[in-house]
Amino acid sequence: MTTVRVLAVTGLVMVAVTLQLGVLPTLVLTDVVPNLVLVVVIAMAMSRGPEFGALVGFAAGLALDLAPPADHTAGRWALAFVVVGYLVGMARRDVRTSVLATVVLVAAGSFIGTSLFALSGLVLGDQGVTVGGVAHVVPLALLYDVLLTPLVVPLVLAMMRRLEPAVARL
Amino acid sequence: MRPDERRGARRPHTVVALLVLASFTVITLDARPSGDSPVDPLRSTAGAVFGPMETGASAAVSPLTAIPRYFGDVSDLRTRNTELEDANARLESELRTSALARQRAGELDDLLGVTEDEGYRLVPAQVVAIGAAQAFSRTVTIDAGRGDGVRPDMTVLNGQGLVGRVIDASRSTATVLLAIDPDSVVGGRLGRTMELGFVSGDGEIGEDGRLTLELVDDVVEPRIGDTVATWGSRGGAPYVAGVPIGEVTKIESSPRELSKSVVLTPYVDYSSLDLVGVVVGTDSADGRVPVDTAARSAR
Repeated sequence: MTTVRVLAVTGLVMVAVTLQLGVLPTLVLTDVVPNLVLVVVIAMAMSRGPEFGALVGFAAGLALDLAPPADHTAGRWALAFVVVGYLVGMARRDVRTSVLATVVLVAAGSFIGTSLFALSGLVLGDQGVTVGGVAHVVPLALLYDVLLTPLVVPLVLAMMRRLEPAVARL
Repeated sequence: MRPDERRGARRPHTVVALLVLASFTVITLDARPSGDSPVDPLRSTAGAVFGPMETGASAAVSPLTAIPRYFGDVSDLRTRNTELEDANARLESELRTSALARQRAGELDDLLGVTEDEGYRLVPAQVVAIGAAQAFSRTVTIDAGRGDGVRPDMTVLNGQGLVGRVIDASRSTATVLLAIDPDSVVGGRLGRTMELGFVSGDGEIGEDGRLTLELVDDVVEPRIGDTVATWGSRGGAPYVAGVPIGEVTKIESSPRELSKSVVLTPYVDYSSLDLVGVVVGTDSADGRVPVDTAARSAR
């Protein structure tokens, strides 16, 4: 990874965090907000594989854990996104690139990410996490993230291709 | 680095294992029940970086997000837009911005009305970011921070009533825990009988968001329509006294529990928070307004 690539990826993650916290909540009418950062992490894992996916997932998750108005125990989104980045990166090797495969990967990643975050909250006894609340939030979040897919994933994939056009890593 | 095939297949596991361990470390460091966490400096750094970015992003889209709020139904708006054609677009957007400005001025007036009676000094602030339901806690970011005199454990209110309290403040932004959060407990007083209780939230931000008042004295009979206001703590932290919280809409008493649980509808609409005020101080040092005895004896 050259400096340019690191800067570009960092910038993209920061923009995603800002949009998710500052803009998306006012645009959607429900209290569940599309998890733009998660979709970006999934797209990056799809483009570069498990190692990169987990790394970006950790950084993006930590940003989401620390940026205001986050109030939960820091590290919970980071843990969830590391796992999602890794699993999506691994799954990418087994499936052929297609629209359907992309949607399925995002849906699976969203389900795993939101559930892991909720689960870590239940284990830690963080405030407000109830089984009923989780059952309400997870499907809606999944739907939103899938809706975000056509807007976000092609953009991220195109950006990653421009950053490293020649090398096609496994 | 360009790992060969064999190493490339093995290495991710090591990296991922390390990252998972790192996440656990952060969680462990931050999960202490006591107030101080070693992660707090990181958190305020993140606040200093992301706070202004959130403020900017929120300001950039505020005319856009104001549309559904001030013109009601979005579909309604679409029909109207097609009728008015392109020529009206520029004029319309100007109108929207001025309506937004007028609305904000009205909210500021309400805010001043609340504070005039109580003698609080307020810092006005705009809500710039809202925590998602996926995070399971009800918090918002406001665009006033330590630079404006905002500190943790300060009361946040708006023209309607109590919004919540500041739990964290960076240089230019602060995080507010809403009273509707399940983790929030506010000392409340029944307006009619002055009885004390504890108000907690249910985490629902929309129309069906309700607060629960647990009365200390179970003999008290609250009535539907009674007002509940904060009872206030010493030094006004975290809540100053006399801020309206909500109205009694339902009373549930179970034979198992000793105290009654009273359901309140909050005065504040937590889903459309915009302009809020942070109580940064009261006119007198200890929160007491001095009684002017000289004026009375002169009469």
